[in-house]
Order: sequence, then structure tokens, then C-alpha cells
Amino acid sequence: MSSNHSTHKAENSPRAHHDSSAIPAKTSITFKLNNRETTLEVAPWTTLLDALRERLDLTGTKKGCDHGQCGACTVLVDGVRINSCLTLAIMKDGAEITTIEGIEALSDGSGLHALQAAFIECDAFQCGYCTPGQICSAVGLMNEGKARTKDEIRELMSGNICRCGAYPNIVAAIEQAMNANNQPEGSNGR
Amino acid sequence: MATATNYIGQPTSRVDGTAKVTGAAKYAAEYNVPDLTYGYVVSSEIAKGKITKLDTREALAIPGVLQIFTHENRPNLAWFDSSYKDDIAPPGSPFRPLYDAEVKYSGQPIALVVAEEFEVARYAASLVRVEYAPKPHETDLNEKREEAYEPPKKRSGIPPPAKPRGDAERAFDNAAVQHEAEYRHAIEHHNPMEMHASTVVWEGNGKITVYDKTQGAQNSQGYVAGIFGFKQDDVRVISSYIGGAFGSGLRPQYQLFLAVLAARELKRSVRVTLTRQQMFTFGYRPDTIQRLALGATADGTLEAFMHDALANTSQFEDFQEDDVNWSGLLYKCANTKFTYKLAQLDLYTPIDMRAPGGATGMYAIEAAMDELAYKTGVDPIELRLKNYSEKDQNKDKPYSSKELRECYRQAAEKFGWSKRTSEPRSMRDGKELVGWGMATGIWEAFQQKASAKATLGLDGKLEVGSATTDIGTGTYTIMTQIAAETLGIPIDDVTFKLGDSTLPTSPVEGGSWTASSIGSAVKVVCDAVGEKLFKIAQEMDGYSFADVDYKDVAFSQGKLRLKRDASHAVPIVDVMRYGKINAIEEEATSSPNYLKQNGYSSYAHSAVFVEVKVDEELGMIRVTRAVNAVAGGRILNPKTARSQVLGGVVWGISMALHEETYTDHNLGRFMNHNLAEYHVPVNADIHDIEVIFVEEHDEIVNPIGAKGLGEIGIVGTAAAVANAVYHATGKRVRDLPITIDKLL
Repeated sequence: MSSNHSTHKAENSPRAHHDSSAIPAKTSITFKLNNRETTLEVAPWTTLLDALRERLDLTGTKKGCDHGQCGACTVLVDGVRINSCLTLAIMKDGAEITTIEGIEALSDGSGLHALQAAFIECDAFQCGYCTPGQICSAVGLMNEGKARTKDEIRELMSGNICRCGAYPNIVAAIEQAMNANNQPEGSNGR
Repeated sequence: MATATNYIGQPTSRVDGTAKVTGAAKYAAEYNVPDLTYGYVVSSEIAKGKITKLDTREALAIPGVLQIFTHENRPNLAWFDSSYKDDIAPPGSPFRPLYDAEVKYSGQPIALVVAEEFEVARYAASLVRVEYAPKPHETDLNEKREEAYEPPKKRSGIPPPAKPRGDAERAFDNAAVQHEAEYRHAIEHHNPMEMHASTVVWEGNGKITVYDKTQGAQNSQGYVAGIFGFKQDDVRVISSYIGGAFGSGLRPQYQLFLAVLAARELKRSVRVTLTRQQMFTFGYRPDTIQRLALGATADGTLEAFMHDALANTSQFEDFQEDDVNWSGLLYKCANTKFTYKLAQLDLYTPIDMRAPGGATGMYAIEAAMDELAYKTGVDPIELRLKNYSEKDQNKDKPYSSKELRECYRQAAEKFGWSKRTSEPRSMRDGKELVGWGMATGIWEAFQQKASAKATLGLDGKLEVGSATTDIGTGTYTIMTQIAAETLGIPIDDVTFKLGDSTLPTSPVEGGSWTASSIGSAVKVVCDAVGEKLFKIAQEMDGYSFADVDYKDVAFSQGKLRLKRDASHAVPIVDVMRYGKINAIEEEATSSPNYLKQNGYSSYAHSAVFVEVKVDEELGMIRVTRAVNAVAGGRILNPKTARSQVLGGVVWGISMALHEETYTDHNLGRFMNHNLAEYHVPVNADIHDIEVIFVEEHDEIVNPIGAKGLGEIGIVGTAAAVANAVYHATGKRVRDLPITIDKLL
């Protein structure tokens, strides 16, 4: 249904013949993934999301649309939240990447990150499929330090869709983690 | 061992919470088995016609492409429709993927490209050349009104319209106050966050393990075995985690068929994941046009209630839902007439979507009641109380419990309804118009037959299992709570297993029946373990269990105790040691107690109050507050229960203001098949939602006393929003969603 599926008739095809050169060659990239140097052979057309899920077995990062519309694939690159489905893996050669599997290590103590604990306590998810993206996005949000009020959290978390509708609990969990982290007050106003 | 073990009713955090917040929970497309291959679906470009040429040569030439499956090379499979009918199939002839050259709807799967790598399969799929001979199609329900028909074969489990009472037409004609109008909502797609996917693991020896996105592992198992000729035991379906479904996983979807087909032919493991676009190529909530005609006395007493629904279905199955029976349950009225008709369009068959029928029918009913309230000048709550029904008039039965009055009272009080001025456009906040609206919700409390097994070990650990699923509803958690409390075992020592076709039989997870059905089975099987323990304990010296019956004992804090003297207790582990048994294993089935239940109707009820603020110049609508008071019987876990209702309210807001699948009738094709253009609420769209659980005691509905909460939150909410928009703006929009263009 997308433009991937050609309606071209064979004779109109811009490329009537294909050989192995149609498949892009793989190149070696290295990035720091969840604090570990990781080297990978990838083709240029492989997204960071597919590299994580299909090549590195880090399936905590989710695919919800593959078009940058839902936020389920949110990861942190150099501390900044991005949609890994809109990023080609080779673009991140040399970067520092944190996925949901590496979030625990971001907290100083042992065990779950304050956001992870708050998500459980506030029941900030139901099916759990958007949750890794929500949590990575919330880590990015806290790094940005812009959100002060509930309305700001809502606005700045609006790139992450939760179809189960756990939004009120997601906001509550982020507020709780922000307060636990002694971030600026986030509990005033609507 | 001093931990309190009364878990039912406690706000226990999800037992699967850690798995979900760490990324450890694995969904269907996340089992990366060795030598996995990837299937990519090619979808039809036309809505109706024939494939005249399907050229796969170019695609097959791409290195890494293993095979392309089409109707031309599909192996022979089951012949009869019955093999393709899953547990939830409506009457008709189920769609068979890659069956022949016929195209029945736009987006129909017409080929599966299988390759060693995902990107290669995707690329090769773009090289499959297809030519068609199109035929004229019809996708507009309006155009088919004249061809509407009453479904000749009724769908199992869906009550047909109740028989007429009195003479509705005449009563309507003679009524002092009349309201007649047509209500409609758009086609909606479930769009769970996880796209439908199946990973089929080729185990060799003709066996497969399928990780499937489904609301019923055994439903998928039966479907696969029936079509592909596997022995039932050679197909194991696992669905440990489901990334939302809302009904889309009630029937096996075509990615399952295609993945199994490819694995069986290639003798390789295959994964097929649909794209978000392809999530619009199977079931949906049908387009429905409803006519409501209400007649009342000047003081608002109902004298006639007519409700006619026309919904679309496909050309090959008669999907049906219960849109029109709800008023007969809620409002006392002597003269009623309900009809339900279908019209066939060149689309796929609809499928149940959260509160099927209820979300649809109650939107129209409760919007019409609001209009009647304005025509009679009676307050909307007063109007509902005036016509409050003490019995199910459709079946002439009393309710096993009905605390709806209390829902109205508590929600109204919390919301501050008494401060409302009823005149439209009479309340404002700066340059925003303020609207307050309310509506009623109702959903049947079902119980289905279900089985469970339990194993208690000498280490005091209990494992309980049933083949149900947890689509985010909290099944893992509430079943663990029920099991832990029944046998008095600390919750950390209890594991509940689900989502595996090898576990004891369970119906699909849907209809809000899982808490009651599986919950009852879990209780029964744990009691079976308990009775075994009790029998052994009766033989133990130094205890006086020999003189009493099982009903006189209870389990708590790891001990079997006398109810009348809780200090008279023996650790269950000691009982097992005494009996020289390492494990107690039981399996049990719980069925509805028809003798007890048949005399009653059982429903969950709710009252929803909503505040909207509408920008007068721009027409932008925000739902700033919602209060939903639910009477749903016993609340097993207030934390997960609240989440279910919250989610339902978000869905109701979404139905009222956001969700709409646009069809280009010229192309016969859904146009906004992505999450940017198919609108669902984002975080900024959702503000304060308050959930109240009204106390309701019901010993008839099922042994657990819970009515189920998966659907009730959405039912009525869309009407409450629409009614609030009217109150704010004075404009009555009768086709959902209410978008800016309809307001200005």
C-alpha cells in the first residue's frame, strides 16, 4: 500500500535488470551501545532500529510504525532522544547509544532506574509495547530539563503514542521520577 | 512467612512490570531464532477485480530472496470453509490468503516475498510487478442503503434485536415530544502499538512453534492445524506478551497464514511482520448509520424508543454486533422497535473493536437522550433516572446487581454537575466556551467456560496456568493475586503462566470476560489443591482438622487454618511433608452456573461526565476533565482496574474527537493508513481523568464477583463528549469524530 509496492508495469521499470550490485555492500561500524563497544557489519539501508532488533537482539526497542510517527523506537544517542526508525545505523558510527536495556545502568544505584520504578508503581503502561520508548523519551526529556509543569510534560512527551491510553499515569510517573531526581519542581499546574 | 496474603482487592503493581520496563518482555516478532528468514507482504493496489499478471522474476533475481509465494504457486491446502473458520468467525466464507487471482479488497495480500534478510525482502517486494483487470467496486455505505438486509444467519454470541414491545410507531406519532435523528461514526482501526506479526519456528519432524500476536493462542493453533494439515499437538502457539490488540487479535490474521505457509514450504523459520500501512488491511470497527426515534411525554417519560442500525460488512462474511439492544436494558419503555441490518461493501470483514456494538449503539442512544433532555427541558441525569429500568426488558429478567443510580450520584457530585447551567453557550472560560456533558455506559458481564492447572511444590511455590492472554489488561497480575490469596501463599512465590496453547483450555481474551472466566477457573483449581492439602491435614496428629469440612478452613500466610480459630494452623509445606508428596498437581474447569445465573441479567454500568473547552474562533476542542464512575462488581485490583477504565475513557475521547479512517471511494481504498494521519490521542490531548469504582456486591454473576472492565470505560464516553460539545457550542454534530470543520 505504500510506495514500496510498485504499480509500474515491467516495461516501464527504470531498472529492468538486477544483479547482486542491487544489494548495497555492508560496511563496518562501531558504536558504544549500552556502555559496550559494539562493532557491526551493516548495509546502508539498515535502520538503527532494525540493527538493534534484528542484528543485535536488543528487542526492547520497539517498532510501531517505522515512519517516525509513534515514538515506540525511541533511544538515546549521545544523551538525546531520537526515533531509531528514522536513523540509519551507519550514521551512528562512533556514537554513544543507550536503549531500554541500558537504562538501568544510567542510575547510580543498583536495580531499576527511577523512571522504570515509577512506571511500575504508577501503572504507566498496559500492554507495555510503547513503554521502552516512553521511558527512553522521558530520560531524554529529563536531560533536556525543559519540562516544569504537567502540561509541559504532556506536550514534550507527545511524540510517544500510547494506544492503551495510559497517559495520565505516564505523566504521574515522570513527575515522580523528576521529583526523586531533585529536578526542578514539576508538580504545579495543569 | 508473616506476609499478609489477602491480595484480592489490593492495588498490586503488575507482576510483569519489570519485564515491560526493562525491555525483557518479548512480543511475537522478537524471537530471533537461528537461520530466521523474513517475509514481506505485497498488497493489492485495486479494490476489486482480477490479477492478470504477477511477474516475480525481477524480485526473485535479487540475491538472498528465497521464494515468492502467490496464488500461482500456493500448495494445496484445506478445501472446505470450515477449516478456515476460527473460533470467532462470523457466518460466511472466511477470506483465504493467496487463494486465487480474485481481489476482494484494496490492500489484500497477494504475494509474500521471503528472503534471508528483512531489507532484502522489503526491496524485492517492491519489484513484484502486478497487472490487474479491475471491476467496479463499492465502498460507500450510503450507496448501499437500499440493499441492506437482515443477516440471515446470526453470529454466535451476538443477540439479535429484541422483539418489539407495544406499538412503537404509533406511540411515537402520538408522543408530546419527539426526537428523531441519524447518528453515524466513521470506520475505525484498532491500531495497537505492536503491528501484527508471527514468528514461525521450524522445529523439524513436521512440528512448528509459532510466536503469534493473538488474543487466543489456541484459536491460532486450531486455525493453523486445520488449514495446513498439522496434527494439533505439532503446532504450539505462544503469545506471552501482546502489544495491544483491542479486538484485532481475536481472529488469526493473514500474517499467521503466510508465515506458516512459507515455513512449511521452505522448511525454515519465517517471520512475517505487517507494516503500519498493512494494519489497515484487515478488520476494523464498521461504518454504522443509526436512526433513533424517541417519543416522550412533556415531562420526559419515554413512550416510544426506536433504534435502527445499518452497518457495513464484507462481501464474504456477515459480521454482526449488538448495537440496538441497549436501551431495552437501561430505559423503561412500553413501546420499542429495534432493527439491525447489514450492507456488503468491497472491504475486508469488520472485527470486534473495544466494546463492539456497545461503543457504537450507546453513542447514539446517549446522544439522543441528551437531545430529548433539551427538548423536554429535563436535566440529563433526571431524564435518565425518570426512565431508569429495574429490569432487563429485552429478556424480562431482574439484574443480578445494578448500582447505576449510585454511579450517577457519585460521578455528578465529584464532577460538580450541580453548578452547570443548562443553556448551550452559557458557560465560558476566557475565550473558550465550556461544555459539560454526561452519558451512561453499560456492558454485559460474561462468563465463559475455562480451565486452569496448578502445581504446588514442596518449596512452597505455586505455579498456575491457563491458555488465556494478557493484552495489557492485567491478567498476569490478577490471576496471580487470586491464586496467592486462595492458597494463602506469598505473591512472590506464585507464578501465573498464559499465552501458550499447551496450557489448559481458555476462550480468546475478549468481551471483558477474562477476569470472571479465567479467574473462576484459577479459583477452582487452587481450591482443588487446597482440598488435597486439607485431606492430608485431616490425618495429622495434633491438629483438629479431622472434625471439620473444607469450608471450615482457610489458607493464609502459608498456612492451613481453622476459620473459627485462625491460630490453629499448620504450614502447608508441613502438610506436604507429612503426606510424603513433592508436588500437588491439579487441573480444573469452571463453567457458568446456569441454574444460578439464568434467572438474571448481569451488566456492568457506568456514568461518564465530561468537560470540554472549545476555542470559539478556531473550533479547537479539548477535553479538560472527565469523571467516570463504574459499577463493575468486585474490583480485583484497583490499580490495574483504574488503568483499564482510564484507557477506555481515552478511547471514548478518541472516538468522539479523533478517530476516522478516510476512504477514497473512487479508489475503494483507505487513505490515512498511518499514525500521522489516522489520529489517536497523544499525551497533550489527555487531561484529568478520574475513575470512581462504585461498590457493588454480586454473588450471582460468577464465583469471583467481578464483571470485567475492559470495555465499560469507552461505552458512553463518546456520547458524553459529544453532549458536552453541544452544551459548549449549541451545535449538535451527529457524525463522529467531531472535527473542527464540522463545528465552524
